This record gives sequence, C-alpha cells and structure tokens, in this order.
Amino acid sequence: MTDTAAETRTVVVEREFPFPPERLWRALTQPHLIEEWLMKNDFAPRVGHRFSLRGDWGGTLDCEVLAIEPGRRLVYTWDFAHDDPAFGLKSVVTFTLAPTGAGTRLRMEQAGFRPDQKQAFGGARAGWTEFLDRLAQVVARAD
Amino acid sequence: MKKHSQMVMGLMTDAQDRLFRTLADPTRRALFERLCREGELTVGALTARAGVSQPAVSKHLGVLKQAGLVRDRPEGRQTHYRAHVGALAPLVDWTGRMAGFWEARFDDLEDLLHRMDQ
Repeated sequence: MTDTAAETRTVVVEREFPFPPERLWRALTQPHLIEEWLMKNDFAPRVGHRFSLRGDWGGTLDCEVLAIEPGRRLVYTWDFAHDDPAFGLKSVVTFTLAPTGAGTRLRMEQAGFRPDQKQAFGGARAGWTEFLDRLAQVVARAD
Repeated sequence: MKKHSQMVMGLMTDAQDRLFRTLADPTRRALFERLCREGELTVGALTARAGVSQPAVSKHLGVLKQAGLVRDRPEGRQTHYRAHVGALAPLVDWTGRMAGFWEARFDDLEDLLHRMDQ
C-alpha cells in the first residue's frame, strides 16, 4: 500500500443474467453490440489495443485493453482527460464472467484514482463555475 | 435507450438530478456562489446585488434550501443565509455516481441480451 492508495475508489456491480457466458462475451467485445448497451466505440479484442468510448454527452473516454480471457475476463483502462485534473479520471474496469446454474454472473469492478478529489470538493472556487456550467448544459440537453 | 441525464461518467440519481436542476438556474447559482464566497448574508444584502427583486431572491433561496444547499438562521426580523457546501457531496461522490451508471448500463445490457440472436 502506498500513500496514494487511500485515494483509490472501487465500484463493484454484479448481476446474474439468464444467458450463457458466450452470449455475454459477445455483448462485451463486439463493437456494434457494445454500442447498444454502453457507448459508441472502436473496441477490438486485443491486448494493447487503444480505443475510445464516446458518450452521448460529447465526452470521450480513453481506453486500452489490458487483459482478455475469452468468455471469462476482460480488463481495460477507463480514463477521462480534463484540463482541470480534479475533474479527470484514471481507472481500470474489469469484467468477470462466471457460469451459474441458470446463466451467467457478471461482475464489473472499476478501480479509480482521483488524486485531486479533495481539492475538487474543498476548493469551491477554482474550476467550480466551469463545472456547474457543464452541469447546466447537461441538464438542458437531458429533456 | 441512453436518453437519461448523463454527465461526465454516469447517470444521475434523483438527488444529483435535483442538485443539478437547482444550480442550473444562473440567478440561483450566483446567489449560492456568493454565499460560498462571502459567508453568511441576509436576504437584503443578497438582493442588493442580485439584479432581481427581494421576493425573487427569497424564492430562489427557498429552492436552494430545499435542495440542502443553503441553511437559514432567523435573527430578529432578519434571516441570515449561508451555503452548505456539504450538500454538493453527491456531485463529487464518484463511487455512488459510477455505481448508478453501471446499474443502468446493466439494464441496457440485459435488454440487449434478450434481443440478440443465439
């Protein structure tokens, strides 16, 4: 553990789907299917492949495939660059598939690194107005 | 399918959505920012530079108060307001935001799995 480990946040979401792992694997690794449930992308199932996930809101995530075990495990980076590091993000997403009697359990674990999160919270002035302006735009587009 | 209110990396919860909507109004945002900057102020002091009438300022402060963004303190005939920056926590709570995001994505994934060919 390093000093920075305390700043790492991990999110875990799990769900069991009534389908075999093969079908989930396709949804996780074929670009036109990834687009249907996640975001537009240029994913390719190859370690080291760099790709983008492009959100409806205009933001782009920078990703790189770190590990692939067909039908079992997929790992890629999930980074968001921002001029103000307090609003940027560096994280790693790991999908793990485990067959169950009725289907497949999918586990998504995202480990993020936010070194400036405290600054974003406490420093109510720098970057704050810009952040809220962005929120206002998001809200305006939401309806 | 992904027409929800999305921000940088995820879907918003109701609480976040409320905060965003509250702060999306420029007049309200200006009032809140001033309270962040200058500390506790009365309605009168806020009105003096708000560019809108006192009833309008009071109404905006009511909305901010409902969202938990300001707190009031009556003193005699005056009410003092101050910012409650802690109410912004849902906006910077990365973990909560991302969990909500993935739950929603999993909903869409489930829909897709049902539609996919064998």
